[in-house]
Parts: sequence; structure tokens; C-alpha cells
Amino acid sequence: MGVLQSYWLRVQRKRWRVRALRKRRELKRVANRTGQIRPDDLLLFCTQRNEGIRLPYFLDYYREMGIGHFFFVDNDSTDGSLDYLADQPDVSVWSTTASYKRARFGVDWLNWLARKYAHGHWALTVDPDEFLVYPFCDTRPLRALTDWLDASSIKSFSAMLLDMYPKGRLDEQPYQAGQNPIEIATWFDSGNYTISRNHLFTNLWIQGGPRARVFFPDAPAKAPALNKVPLVKWDKRYTYVSSTHMLLPRGLNQVYDEWGGEKASGVLLHAKFIDTFGTKAAEELERSQHYAGSVEYKAYADRLKHDPQLWCKWSERYINWRQLEILGLMSKGNWA
Amino acid sequence: MTVGIVMLVHTALGRAEQVARHWSAAGCPVVIHVDKGVPRRTYDAFVNAMADRKDVSFSTRYRCEWGTWGIVAASQSASEQLLASYPEVKHVYLASGSCLPLRPVQELIDYLDERPNTDFIESATTADVPWTVGGLDEERFTMHFPFSWKKRRYFFDKAVAVQRFLGLKRKMPHGIVPHMGSQWWCLSRRTLSAILQDPERPAYDRFFRHVWIPDESYFQTLSRLYSEKIESRSLTLSKFDFQGKPHIFYDDHLQLLRRSDCFVARKIWPYADRLYEAFLTDVAGAMKKTEPNPGKIDRIFSKAVERRTRGRSGLYMQSRFPNEDWENGVTAAPYSMFQGFAELFENFEPWLAKATGARVHGHLFAADGVHYADGQTAINGALSQSATLRDYNSKAFLTNLIWNTRGERQCFQFGPADNQDINWRVAKDPNAQVSVITGAWAVPLFRSNLDFAKIRTIAAQLQKVESEHMDILRSPYSKARVRIWTMAEFIEAPMEPLQGILDEIGRTKLRRLSEAPKMVDLSGFGQFLQNLKNQGMHPYLMGDFPAERGVASNQKTQRKPYLVQ
Repeated sequence: MGVLQSYWLRVQRKRWRVRALRKRRELKRVANRTGQIRPDDLLLFCTQRNEGIRLPYFLDYYREMGIGHFFFVDNDSTDGSLDYLADQPDVSVWSTTASYKRARFGVDWLNWLARKYAHGHWALTVDPDEFLVYPFCDTRPLRALTDWLDASSIKSFSAMLLDMYPKGRLDEQPYQAGQNPIEIATWFDSGNYTISRNHLFTNLWIQGGPRARVFFPDAPAKAPALNKVPLVKWDKRYTYVSSTHMLLPRGLNQVYDEWGGEKASGVLLHAKFIDTFGTKAAEELERSQHYAGSVEYKAYADRLKHDPQLWCKWSERYINWRQLEILGLMSKGNWA
Repeated sequence: MTVGIVMLVHTALGRAEQVARHWSAAGCPVVIHVDKGVPRRTYDAFVNAMADRKDVSFSTRYRCEWGTWGIVAASQSASEQLLASYPEVKHVYLASGSCLPLRPVQELIDYLDERPNTDFIESATTADVPWTVGGLDEERFTMHFPFSWKKRRYFFDKAVAVQRFLGLKRKMPHGIVPHMGSQWWCLSRRTLSAILQDPERPAYDRFFRHVWIPDESYFQTLSRLYSEKIESRSLTLSKFDFQGKPHIFYDDHLQLLRRSDCFVARKIWPYADRLYEAFLTDVAGAMKKTEPNPGKIDRIFSKAVERRTRGRSGLYMQSRFPNEDWENGVTAAPYSMFQGFAELFENFEPWLAKATGARVHGHLFAADGVHYADGQTAINGALSQSATLRDYNSKAFLTNLIWNTRGERQCFQFGPADNQDINWRVAKDPNAQVSVITGAWAVPLFRSNLDFAKIRTIAAQLQKVESEHMDILRSPYSKARVRIWTMAEFIEAPMEPLQGILDEIGRTKLRRLSEAPKMVDLSGFGQFLQNLKNQGMHPYLMGDFPAERGVASNQKTQRKPYLVQ
């Protein structure tokens, strides 16, 4: 890497940090329980808007996994989810009515909170519809993974986004609060992902899955990115650059092996496509607060009018992490 | 007679306490060394907690940074203390705070009683083992290491480089041959006291103080001087990964550890409650008295290392994205690419499917879409038939297809009218079996109803593309199994090449080919080529077709051999 490029990346990193600093003024503290955080707690960071119905299961799932403290930024919810979060004993929550888009889709807010509270902790940054699956997650808590990563001097852990969907129409089975959404959205695409390398940030850019297959067959370049690095041993100098797709310093994006070996990685099961999706898509389309002029939601709305079905004959039914390992969507690496 | 335990502890003191109690309850005196890095208060609490066990004591504390002398100093002083305070101890077992006894302690005592003068210490000469990580083996003993590897890596490396450049070498104390091995040993009182009471010990200590990772070489080397009988293996089951750090055991390893029959295992994850619970509740005689057998565990961990260093061939994913030519196999399984066959034979695809049992696709890379076998609209892995999606990353499309259909041979048709982006990837892939009949693309043109001027343009284009493709296949970088015939050459005797291809695919029923695919009628083809020539477009990839007689006459004499019995 040239000196100039290295300098440019440094300036970029500073820029996002300054931006996070500026955007902190948009956050209003609702419940701050950060005093309870113990030095080795695993932390979770999340922004949400009107996801009240998903939150009970989400919190349970990650509590069970061993998350010690949750950080939420509530973006102007109207469904009472802010109060719900404020009542949880292990949640700290901030609220904002500012623009999600202008906070770079929440990244600035979370960068700020992580910078202030996560230094020296393992921090997991996910959306309310993302469920982390990692090797041995059925027998080992998340701390086993982070301890192992610490012992191996690994600072970031990759978990690709895997879009899950139901068989049949998306709105066929209504989702109930507290229910595991993967019971409804059980299916996924196992082998149609394409990868290219971003040489500047050294991250991989993964696309494909049902969204590319159904919504973007004519414009695959527009299909959303699926690469994610959600679990990081946080340092106050780090920043997420674009969602959790990439980080700076860019060494944190090097979650893949280039010489033929496999590094350990997980999967974020993405339970976006359940019955709540239709209303969500309509609402988001109206607010236009999503990436690239909400092109994604336009494509969805368009397509779903005619045939709201993502399932196809070759869809794979989700069983467990070992299945994903065998299919080559994630890897145990040298963790045994 | 009993065995004394020296325990080196630096974290998870609660677990260390549990294990120390377990040893002591079985009648083994324990001397614990706690790393100096542990805060005073934590240390005091630990000592107090152990106060009720008289045969558990604590030794002088040293700072034990990985790779430095502190660990040896700690083992020395703790061993001295143990040998002096407990004369009934015949063997000393060096263990860490994260070690866990897997078998009843009495079995270990009995085992050692039966072998009173045996020292269990892994000890091999540096020249003969490839264990070392980072390239320092012999040099561990001949260089100075003034900088910490963990904290001052840059200076550590520079110091090594400078000494290499200057050719600096330390002199070894007389009489020792450097040996290395696992730092976890079990030595007899005789050997251990001989090492500790040697009048030359100050000289040895001075030397080893500056050796790199002395805990893997100090006792390993010196025991060779005194031991009557060395069993060069460690009684502690401890597996190391490719970076030289120990693998960790979790709850889900319970059955595996049970079946290993090893005495002690490390390293155990401190939160592995089930393991501690299962192994520290002494079920006397639950295990049969067998020799330790870590084979199964070995396999699991060596597979893990293999996965980390070599990976699964043909897999491209979020944590495995090899640089070009570093793939350890471009694709996951052998496959066949046919060029010109479907053009020359009317029923090539069904014929091939029948003859080989493989999945035979049409033109997967055709411009108008992906032609999967049996007219499917998608295939394993939900790989779509959209040409746009495929062309967005056609190399990934190919590797995905082969990965998704592992276990079933894939064959597909290819031609100069298809997307050519994959040509280098296929050519460099040892899994690819490429068979080409050059110039056969002219057959559909010949049989088409297109206007001749149009035909001429298309033919010129296709010929150019195919010729470039052949250059790639014939390049010295090509690793595929490539067969190329000109069309003229091929139709002379089609059975032999076909048989060769099928034999290589290897799924054919053993008997010879009984049924050949049906060749299209080529009468007039020679004249067709001549017409192209007359228009100034010389089709050379087909080989020589006489214009006059043409293939027509050939054709008649050749009809018969298509049915070879």
C-alpha cells in the first residue's frame, strides 16, 4: 500500500469518526444502564424502527447466546417499541427523530456509541432481523468463540448475510411476537453467490441469493451486498464505513484467507422476508430513507405485486450450522 | 509412593483450585506457581481459598511471559520445593491451570509405579522434527533474544535478521545436544533432582536464559544427560494448531476425551462446565486400564489444521477467497466441456447422458440464457438461468455450478458464440476435460437459411473467437485435459476419440460403445466452405474438406461404421 493511499484511508477513518462525533447530538438518552457493563461483557449494537414485534425473540436469542448488554438506537418508532426497550434490564436505549439516511443508515450513531462504550469489548452489530449463527453455536456460547478469537489474535469475525424466506407467499403465515422467525422463513439459496474483491478496503463484496435471483435478474450489479463483519473486538479508533459491510482500519476486513485456506466464519440468518415485509416495504418506500434511493424496496414492491414468492424448487431448507458449513456458506476454519 | 504435581497458573484461578483439590484429594501433593502478573489481591484470595489443604503449597512467583525464561524458573523452584517437602514423591508431573485429569488419579499413580525409572518427556533433536512455527529451530539455541516476541515483534525480527547477517553464534555449554518437545512432562525424582542439583546448573541456566522458548527445551535437553529411560512422549494430551497455539477443549468434546484414555488433557476452556463436572467427579474404575490413545482426537484437530491451511478445493466463500493460482484446485470436481459435438451430432446430449450417466447440459454460456439439462429453469443451489446474472460473474457461475453439484459429473456444451470469459479459468483447471472439434460451428451455419453475406460475417467472427480460445487451451499455462481435433480429422474416425473421452469420464459401462451418436448430413459441406473461401473468408479451423467430392461421398462410405457392435 502506498503512503498516499494509506494516508487517504486514515483521513477517511478520521472523517467517519468526526461525523459520528457530530451525529451524537441527534441521540437522546432514554435509558442508560451502561454502568452495569462488566469489563468482559459481550455487547450488541442495533438500530431499529417499529420492529416491536420482533424484539422479544431477538433479545431472547442473543441473551441465550451470552450477550451481556444491548445498545439500541430507536429511530422514531411509533409502535411502542421504545418503551419496551427502555424497560429491559440489560438494554441501554437512545432515541432520535433525525434522518436515518443522513446518519448513513444508522452507522454514524452506532459508531458513536461503540466508540464511547465498546472500547476493549467484543461488539456485535446486527439488525433486529439478523440472527448470528457461528460454528458450534448449538453447543458453545458466543464467549467460547470470542475467547478463541482472542487467543488466536483475531480481531474481527465475518458472518455473511443469508436471506431466508418462506415457501409460498410471504404473507401466508403471520408472525407472532416471541416466535422464532426462522420457523416461517426456513428456506434459503445455497449456492448462487458471487464474490469480488474491493482492493482499496480489502473487503469482499458478496452478492446473490434470492434477492439477486428474483428482484434483480436484469441488474445484478444493483443487488444488495451480503458480506458482513458484525463481530469485532472494538477499539475506539475503529469505525464501520458502510453498514457492517466494511470497517476501517481496513485490516479488519481481511476476514478471508487468500492462499487457499479457510478462516472461521459464521452466517447472519436474515429473517426479513416474513409477512411484516409488505407493510415495511411500503412504508420504507414512502420514507425513502434507504440505500441508493431505496432502489431495493422499489424492486421488491414491483415484484411482489405480481408474484410474492421467493421459494423455488432448488431452495434449501435450513437445519443447523453444520448444514451451512457443509454447503460452504460458512466455515469452522481451524476451530475444532 | 506417589506423584507430585507442579501446577503453573496464570488465569482462571477458580478452575485451577478445583483441579488442585482433585489432585490433592487423591493423595498427590501439589505445588502451585502463580504468575507474577496476577494481582496481589487475587493471589491472596486464591492462597486463602486453598488454606484448608495441607498438601497444597505455593512457590516463589516469577513473571511467565510466553517464550521466556520465567516459565522454566517457575518450574525449577516449584519442583525443588516439591521434592524437598515431600520425600514420598517418586514422579513429578508438570501441569498447567487449564489441564484436566481425564482418568482417576489412582490410575496415573499405578501407571507410574509400574514404570519407576521412566521419564515421560517429549524430547527430539531439533534437526529431526519440523515442529517449529516461524522458522526458528536450530537458531533458538544459537542466537540472543533480547526482545519480547509478543510485545516487540518488530525488534525481535530485526534482532534475528541482524544476527543472521553477522553470523553471530552462541557457544553451547559442553556436552549438551539441544532437544525440544512439549513443555508438559513427568519426570522421575532421580532425573529431576539430578538436573536441579547439577554442579554445572548455573552454566546451563545462563545458557538457556537466552534461548528462545526455553520451556520447550531446558528439561527436554538436560533430561537426556541423566535419564535412565526416556519415553519421548507427553502424558498430557495437548494438540497444537498451525500457529503453534494449543487447541482448546469444550463441552462438546466430552465423548472424545473420554475415549482418548489419556491421563491429562489441556487446554480446557474455563467455562466448559460439563467437562469439569464429568472428569472431576471421580468414578473409580470407570475407565479401563489402557494405554493412552489420542488417535481420534488427533484426526479431528489435524483436519482442522488442514481446513485452515488448504481448505476445500473449488470453494469460494466469505472466508475463503484464494488468489488466482493459489486455489488448491480451481473447481470442486472433474467436469467435461464439449465444443462442436452438439453441432456435429444430432443427438449428442441424450447420447452422452445415456453413455455416461453424467448430467449433460446444453450451452451453459449461451447468449440467450443458461441451457441446463432437461430444460430446467434453475439448478442445485438455486443457480438461475438468467444470462445477465450468469454473465455478471461467469467464472463464479462455473465454480458455483461445479461446487453445488459435487458428486455428480457435469458435462456441458460450449462454442465460440458463447460467453468466453471463463476460458482461462477452465484452461488452468486440472479438473476440466475439454474436447474440441474445431470448425464445427460452421455446421449450423451451413444448415441455416441465412443470407450468405450474413453467414460470412458470422463465420468470420466465430472463427476468430474459436482460434483465440484454442490459443488459450494450447498455452503452456493450460492445466486442463485438452483434446482438439479439426472437424475433417474427427469425422474420418469418430468412434475412437469418443471412446477415449468416455473412458476418461470413467462412468461407462465396461463394454465397448455399441451405439454412436448420429452425425448430421454433411453432403454439400465442402462446397459450402469453398463458397466462403470464394468470398474471401478462409475457414481454416475445419481442416481440409475437398470441395468437389465433398463430404458427401465420404459420408456414404462412412455411414456403416457408426454402428459398431
